[in-house]
Amino acid sequence: MNWFKYSSPQTFYPLAGKMVPWFMAAAIVLGVIGLYIALFAAPTDFQQGDAYRIIFIHVPAAWMSMLIYLVMAFWAGIGLAFNTRLSSMMAHALAPTGALMTFIALWTGAFWGRPTWGAWWVWDARLTSELVLLFLYLGYLSLVSAIDDPRRADKASAVLALVGAINVPIIYFSVKWWNTLHQGSSISISRAPSMASIMLTGMLVMVFAFWAYSIGASLMRVRRGILARERGASWVKEQKEC
Amino acid sequence: MAVTAGAACRAVVARDLLIAARRRSDVLTTFFFFVIVVSLFPLGVGPAPDTLREIAPGVVWVAALLAAMLSLARMFGADYADGVLEQLLLTPQPLTLLVLSKVLAHWLTTGLPLVLIAPLLGLQFDLPAPALLTLLVSLLIGTPALSLIGAIGAALTLGVRGGGALTALLVLPLYVPVLVFGAGAVVASAAGMAAAAHLSLLGAMSLAALVFAPWATALALRIALE
Repeated sequence: MNWFKYSSPQTFYPLAGKMVPWFMAAAIVLGVIGLYIALFAAPTDFQQGDAYRIIFIHVPAAWMSMLIYLVMAFWAGIGLAFNTRLSSMMAHALAPTGALMTFIALWTGAFWGRPTWGAWWVWDARLTSELVLLFLYLGYLSLVSAIDDPRRADKASAVLALVGAINVPIIYFSVKWWNTLHQGSSISISRAPSMASIMLTGMLVMVFAFWAYSIGASLMRVRRGILARERGASWVKEQKEC
Repeated sequence: MAVTAGAACRAVVARDLLIAARRRSDVLTTFFFFVIVVSLFPLGVGPAPDTLREIAPGVVWVAALLAAMLSLARMFGADYADGVLEQLLLTPQPLTLLVLSKVLAHWLTTGLPLVLIAPLLGLQFDLPAPALLTLLVSLLIGTPALSLIGAIGAALTLGVRGGGALTALLVLPLYVPVLVFGAGAVVASAAGMAAAAHLSLLGAMSLAALVFAPWATALALRIALE
């Protein structure tokens, strides 16, 4: 099988169209199962009460936010190195989902923090670096939309994504160190060591639901991007007719 | 007649310094921006010496970040507009070295003045003498990193809509580690602790930026002028 067959927008467009419903269906089914476990099956935490249940949304979103940035930087780098248009389009398509996940992680984190820590926001290392990650996503998105020439936007944003990817660990460790310096004994987000297995199951199901949603949403967005970019091509015009 | 890379770099630095000397207002604007921003904070938070001592490292460093960022548009802007940048790209000398020379000239005209005036501003915030020295040293080590990282953002946003605010959005998140360790060094010194660890990390960051940033900037310039 020739993998490069699907590296052209023309062949990838129908393939992505076939994959989107599957991923979206998986996201809905897994999401319903995961939420059932999260809200009904999982027991109430003896320390945090029912407030802990928000982690079933919070943790998958936080994982996805970081993973998507790496995947985005990967595709951006491929696009920059091999000059493949589809890779850059994929990177652009991933960014809004990544920013959304970062925002959800911050938002749900605030809701979790209020009853648990008594504060909406704490300048904890993870919170702060997640906030900086959101800024990196916003910078990437605004650079893409500020450049009119699509090929220049692809390459310039790829350089930014790669520079950001190198900086993410540096930012994380610097903020972590800053935090321990300024606050002494900071509040740890690390959860109780032993988590009930039903909670873990629920969280894993939710993680897979978030994976499926992110892939499905990015594929939908990349399809739109392909149509917008290739609107002059003859195969796009044929698509419209049928 | 072949021009060595060293001679080309010297010529770029000399030219940029000459332009800065001819257009002194550009350099002075950044300088006074820094001074004014720092002076605004006591007016905002009140003149209590204890509070001022506590916020001084952060205030001076954040103001340095903003001043460095504000001056980025000038790094390549004029050369992009009048075509000099295209000529630099066409020269046989390595572009990374020429970029490095431009960054050096930029730092000499915008970073270095901030470093030199910072202890005076620290005095207004009642910082003790060892902390003033640390402030000077931390800015001396850290501001080159600001110019180097900023050059990437400046090159990426060349000739792009909404350049200034966009550069801020791209560059400021990348400045976070420099801010953390730069201000952290002064805080440690003001508290009577050793600042060597912070300064070492700051130096490591500047060196890493020295290696990687000119390369990324050169790449971004080639993309901008494609």
